[in-house]
Amino acid sequence: MRDFEYEAPTTLAAAIELVAKHNGSARCLAGGTDLIDQVRVGRLTPDVLIDVKKIAELNVLEHGATGLRLGAAVPCYQVYGHCGIVSDYAALADSCRIIGGVQIQSRASVGGNLCNSGPAADSTPSLIVLGAVAVIAGPKGRREVAVEDFCTGPGKNVLQPSELLVELKFPARAANSGSHYRRFIPRNEMDIAVVGVGASVVLNDAKDKFVSARIALGAVAPTPLFAKAVGDALAGQPINDETIAKAATAARAIAVPIDDMRGTKEFRLHITGVLTERVLKAAVARARGEHVDCRIGH
Amino acid sequence: MAKKRIVTTTLNGNQTEFLCEPRQTLLEVLRDNMDLTGTKEGCSNGNCGACTVILNGRPVDSCLVLAVEAEGATVRTIEGVATAAGLDPIQKAFLEGAALQCGICTPGFIMQSEWFLSQNPKPTEDEIRFNLAGNLCRCTGYDKIVRAVQDAATTWQDHYMKNCHEKGCH
Ligand SMILES: Cc1cc2nc3c(=O)[nH]c(=O)nc-3n(C[C@H](O)[C@H](O)[C@H](O)COP(=O)(O)OP(=O)(O)OC[C@H]3O[C@@H](n4cnc5c(N)ncnc54)[C@H](O)[C@@H]3O)c2cc1C
Ligand code: FES
Ligand code: FES
Repeated sequence: MRDFEYEAPTTLAAAIELVAKHNGSARCLAGGTDLIDQVRVGRLTPDVLIDVKKIAELNVLEHGATGLRLGAAVPCYQVYGHCGIVSDYAALADSCRIIGGVQIQSRASVGGNLCNSGPAADSTPSLIVLGAVAVIAGPKGRREVAVEDFCTGPGKNVLQPSELLVELKFPARAANSGSHYRRFIPRNEMDIAVVGVGASVVLNDAKDKFVSARIALGAVAPTPLFAKAVGDALAGQPINDETIAKAATAARAIAVPIDDMRGTKEFRLHITGVLTERVLKAAVARARGEHVDCRIGH
Repeated sequence: MAKKRIVTTTLNGNQTEFLCEPRQTLLEVLRDNMDLTGTKEGCSNGNCGACTVILNGRPVDSCLVLAVEAEGATVRTIEGVATAAGLDPIQKAFLEGAALQCGICTPGFIMQSEWFLSQNPKPTEDEIRFNLAGNLCRCTGYDKIVRAVQDAATTWQDHYMKNCHEKGCH
C-alpha cells in the first residue's frame, strides 16, 4: 500500500488543525471500510490519514426530547443497537443493518458513508428523509448543511479540503410519524443497491391522511436524491393505494438512473416505483404503531 | 518513508508489542510480522471475511484495519481459540461436520461463528446465514458450514459459554 503517515488526534481542535495543515493531502479515517481499499488500489493518494475515532465529538450518540445527535464516526452496529434510534429513527436503523456484513458494521460509520458520497450509499436516503443536518467544522468555525445538499456528485461533496464532518443532528420524531428504508439487490446481503428508497411520513391523528412526507432515492442519480415534490404532493392526501401509486409514478419521473452491470435504466425505473410504494406503506404502518417485518432478504 | 510505530496490544490474552509502518494492515502485521498465519487473506477488500479477527470484542475484517489502529486494543485471532485442553467446540463441529475443504475460509468462519454464538447462543438458521454473510467459501458450500454452527450451538452450548467466559474473550 502507498506510504502514508498516521495521526490519531484526541481533540476536535487538533483534528481540524491537522486537516487544515495538510490542506487536501490528508484524509479522515473513520471505519476505513471505504478508505483503506481506495488507498490500497491507488484511487486515493493521501499522505496522511487522520484517525477521527478518538475524538469525543465524533462519537456522540445522544437521544432526547430535542432530537438525536449522531457523531460522524459512530459505527453501524451501535446505530441499530440503540433502542431510541430503532424506535424513533427506524429508517436509519434499517440502513445500518444492511451496510455490508457484520464485520463491516463493526467499523463502518454513517459519517463515512455520507462523506464517501457514493450515489448508492445506503444510509444517506434515510438521513435525508429524517431531516438530518450535517455539522461541519473547519479552521473558520462551524457550519451546518442539510444532508440533501451535502453530496454534489459521485464521490463529491460540500466539504472543503480543510473541513471535516463532526456529527449529524436530527429533529425529534413527530407524533404519528414513521420511516423506512429498503433497497433492491440481487443477493440477500452484501451487495450495492440497484435502487434504494427511504421515506418518512407524518399522519393526522386519525391516521388516515398524510400530513407530510419525505422521500429520498438512492442509486438513480449522480447523488442520493431528495424527492421533495413527491413527498410534498402527499400532504393532505388520504392514505390509499391510489395516492401511494401516484407517489410511485412521481418518483419514477424524477429518477435519472444509468445502465450498468447492476441493472438497466428501465429496470431501475421500475424498481424505483415498486420500492417507493412498499417503503411508503411500511412507513405508514410504523406511524400507525404496526410491526413491519424488515428482516433482511424478505 | 513514514516512521515505524511501536504498537502495544493484548493479543490472544498476552500483552504484545510490534513494530509496523502506518500503511500496514492488521492482517499483514499478524501474518508477516507476528507469524500468526492462521488468519487468512482472501480478497484484501472486505468482501470475503477470511481475515476476520475479534478487535475489542467485535468481529472485523483485519484487511480493512490499520495495524496502528490496534494500539491499546484487544485482538483475538484463530490462534487463540483452541486451549491446552483441545479444540474449541466450534472447531470440533467444523471438523466433525466436514465443514471445510481447502480451509482458507475456515479461520474466518470460526472467528465469526464463535463471536456470534456468544451473542446469540440459540440462533435460527436464518440468523446464522445472515451473520455469516460477510464470509465467503469457494469449496464447501454453505450448508455444511451452517450445520456445523447449528451443531456447535446445540451440542456444546454449555461448554462453549463456560469456556468463553473463562477465557474472558467477550
Ligand atoms: C464488503 C463491503 C460491503 C459494503 N457494503 C455496503 C453497503 O451495503 N451499503 C453501503 O452504503 N456501503 C457499503 N460499503 C461501503 C462502506 O462500508 C460504507 O460506505 C461505510 O459507511 C463507510 O464508513 P467508514 O466509517 O468505513 O468510512 P471510511 O472508509 O473511514 O471513510 C470514507 C470516506 O469518508 C471520509 N471521511 C470519513 N469520516 C469523515 C469525517 N468525519 N469528515 C470528513 N471526511 C470523512 C474518508 O476520508 C473517506 O474518504 C461496503 C464496503 C465493503 C468493504
Ligand atoms: S481478506 Fe479481508 S475480507 Fe477478504
Ligand atoms: S473450504 Fe475452501 S474456501 Fe471454504
